[in-house]
Amino acid sequence: MHSVVLTKGVPDFREGQVSFDEDGHLERGATPTVMNPNDEFALQAALQTKVKQGGRVSVMSMGPPGYESVLEEAMGVYADDLYLLSDREMAAADTWSTAITLSGGIEKIAEEDGQSGEPDLVFAGFKTADGETGQTGPQTSWCLDRPIVTHVISLDVDEEAGRLRAKRLVEGDVDEIETVEAPLPAFVVTDPEFEPSYRRAEHRLRHKRLVAETEERVAEYEDHLTTWSAEDLDLDPDFIGLDGSPTIVSGVDPIPKAPSEREATTMTPDDEEGMAELLETMRPMAGGD
Amino acid sequence: MTDEHEHYEAVVVGAGPGGAAAAAVLARNGVETLVLERGVEAGSKNVTGGLVYAEESAPYTVDALFPDFREEATERPVTDYYLHNVAGEKVETFDITDLHEHDTAWSDAVLRRRMDSWMADRVHEMASETGGGLLTDVRVNGLLRERGEIVGVTCDELDPIRADLVVAADGVNSELARDAGLMDWEEPEEWFQGVKAVVDVPPEIIAERFGVADDEGEAHLFSGDLFQDVRGGGFVYTNEDSLSIGSVFHLDSIVEQEAEPHQLLDNLLTHPLLADWLEGHYDEVEYSAKLVPDSKKAANPSPHEGRLLVVGDAAGQMQAQGPIIKGMNHAVSAGALAGEAFAEAKLRGKPEQAGDLYERKLRDEGVMGKLRPKGYRVASALGERDAVADLTDSLVSSSVGRLGVRLLGGAGLLEDLYSSPYLSQIVPDTQTPYVTLPTVIAEELGERVTGEADFEPKDLATRIGDLTYDTDVGNPHIELRDNSVEASGAAVTACPVSARDFGGGCYREETVKTNGSEQKRVSLDTQPCVECGTCAVVADTDWEHPRGGKGVEYKEG
Ligand SMILES: Cc1cc2nc3c(=O)[nH]c(=O)nc-3n(C[C@H](O)[C@H](O)[C@H](O)COP(=O)(O)OP(=O)(O)OC[C@H]3O[C@@H](n4cnc5c(N)ncnc54)[C@H](O)[C@@H]3O)c2cc1C
Ligand code: SF4
Repeated sequence: MHSVVLTKGVPDFREGQVSFDEDGHLERGATPTVMNPNDEFALQAALQTKVKQGGRVSVMSMGPPGYESVLEEAMGVYADDLYLLSDREMAAADTWSTAITLSGGIEKIAEEDGQSGEPDLVFAGFKTADGETGQTGPQTSWCLDRPIVTHVISLDVDEEAGRLRAKRLVEGDVDEIETVEAPLPAFVVTDPEFEPSYRRAEHRLRHKRLVAETEERVAEYEDHLTTWSAEDLDLDPDFIGLDGSPTIVSGVDPIPKAPSEREATTMTPDDEEGMAELLETMRPMAGGD
Repeated sequence: MTDEHEHYEAVVVGAGPGGAAAAAVLARNGVETLVLERGVEAGSKNVTGGLVYAEESAPYTVDALFPDFREEATERPVTDYYLHNVAGEKVETFDITDLHEHDTAWSDAVLRRRMDSWMADRVHEMASETGGGLLTDVRVNGLLRERGEIVGVTCDELDPIRADLVVAADGVNSELARDAGLMDWEEPEEWFQGVKAVVDVPPEIIAERFGVADDEGEAHLFSGDLFQDVRGGGFVYTNEDSLSIGSVFHLDSIVEQEAEPHQLLDNLLTHPLLADWLEGHYDEVEYSAKLVPDSKKAANPSPHEGRLLVVGDAAGQMQAQGPIIKGMNHAVSAGALAGEAFAEAKLRGKPEQAGDLYERKLRDEGVMGKLRPKGYRVASALGERDAVADLTDSLVSSSVGRLGVRLLGGAGLLEDLYSSPYLSQIVPDTQTPYVTLPTVIAEELGERVTGEADFEPKDLATRIGDLTYDTDVGNPHIELRDNSVEASGAAVTACPVSARDFGGGCYREETVKTNGSEQKRVSLDTQPCVECGTCAVVADTDWEHPRGGKGVEYKEG
């Protein structure tokens, strides 16, 4: 079983890390790049597959050489091999040209693996913390011509039958959990609600061992890293990077900042009248009416 | 169906000293061993005083099973051992190092989080070699049975597991021993309750106040009138850079006196002697509590049933040898003997005989004799009868008794008597040895101590607030079956995180008014519970541990 996890570097949006310029634009240079938080669930899903089915997990990302740190972080969650697709030609790509590039990378892995063929599963996290489009995964799956299951919250793979069975979270007025099956090879997009499940001691022990192994591997992650350029992937320059991007961002509006001073009324619990008034104000929020 | 269950040769439940020892011996004998521990890390659920003893006469000691144990997992070796008889500010101190050193190869102070997690790493390594290993965050919730026979365990977090051997090393509140009918929680007389505070003190201050070098440590015990007539005593042990300060009392006595465990601890913390030690350095980092079985009454002479072997506190194997408490060493002996018994039985092709063999080993190796000393049975039959106990008590405090104390004390004989290993095994569980005699000794022979505490002990709300909990909302692990004050009211005072008039603990007494009539009843909120087990004995509850990793997490223990 071979799983490939797609991951992206995003600005570290945690408080104190992120920098904006005077116009409210993100200062990329001054903001550290980290692994897209949603991708962790995809990595967990791939790790679960490795724990239960055995095999190998590869992590792939497209980005500038600085992205190595993101792959290093991904390795900390779990990976056997790392692939970085990096080239000036690939820069400023929208989701579409990113998908084309990534699918090129996956096909290249399949080609290198020869006999064992294409990866059985490709995982992606649900939307990135910077772009928020949620398109790259589905578009990559389309390029690869694979069945796709999105919003996956739990996953079981039956290698012998060549199928996967997944539970997906369908959010709506009333949330539903849908169970679906798909043939392998398939494409899986994990939901942030994804939870790996290990109900057998044997699996938990293997998980523990793999996690311990990972710690050792992170220190020498560069030994497991392969970098491919556009030429290595044999990609048509018209379909990648800025040239291959049909989407144009026509404008970015900064989110209005919360006023630094807000109105607040201080009150003490002894002030019965005040408390009654406060409860009255809060009632609609609590009761939902 | 059953064929689908996972199978291990041996499943060990609990990674305290009993479980670690069992697993180490099993693994060493090539038995495929899986260890399941419910805490987030081994030790995160455990509390001890704690001095680990390596007895010269013991079949196994912890350092024999884990060679670097003393260098890597313990605090300080205990080189001096004192007993303080207290009457108000008067204290008469006996040096009972001889008793402490009797049959002792070495004895070190320990903190359980560090000790247990260190052992767990070794156990995991050893068990991995056999195809098993150690898993935390897994609570075993019962025995897997097939046609009435025990064939494995069931868990909250894992599918049922079959095993040829199940070792229950799940401690004082063993759900497995209870499930198998090998232990019950009926009698408060059979249990002690231990409550403890860990206070951070820099090593140089420990050196200065106790006069010890880096590789030396002291143990101090307290009895007399500082615990409101509750039978039991207090202790102070020196760790590397902290002090373990606590108390161990007979549970029935706590209930009878309606004592508040945390206040008894405060009485000790603020005693003038401790005031001198702690002056300017009262930094309490953890409050904890746990029940301990009294082996004299609770040790099961036949702790096995089919494939299930029960070891350590789960089998009631905790020895109170006078003021000295020995539980961890007996858990290690029993765990190792259980492992040995299975390995031998398997070698003979008769694994089903492991239980009988284990029982025989406990007897032949002298473990059982220490846990249930014959002398105690004879002495207690007489000494614990109320009429006799009252007589002894009034005799000791009479002028004749006082004269005796002065004469014996003057000749240094009392100190010798207190150091007698034989007497310490047979002292009856009455007021006399814990309260009356020490008080009289201090009154007659003691010197006044003058220290004054420059701090207020932490209040209960802060103690609870400073603990780490992974609360399991909607999954209470204790249910009150009877909320009348008669059935469960004792828990309001006896629960170490509850107190009368305190709204933030587990148990509260409430007055309910219905149609003009008033009724008192007890209510329970398990969120601040430290899982000591007290209310399982003193109240009418359905008691179990929280699911793996949930509930309180001790950092020191
Ligand atoms: C205040 C106090 C002072 C003490 N002082 C001393 C002393 O100075 N010297 C001494 O030798 N002894 C002392 N003792 C006693 C000693 O701590 C115990 O006797 C000893 O810890 C017993 O070891 P054990 O392995 O049987 O059980 P424990 O150490 O209690 O270990 C049981 C383990 O099983 C785990 N467990 C429980 N249930 C489950 C489940 N269902 N599934 C999975 N895991 C489970 C627990 O999390 C725990 O890790 C003291 C005890 C107290 C409370
Ligand atoms: S609720 Fe029961 S088990 Fe929990 S701390 Fe109180 S007495 Fe102990």
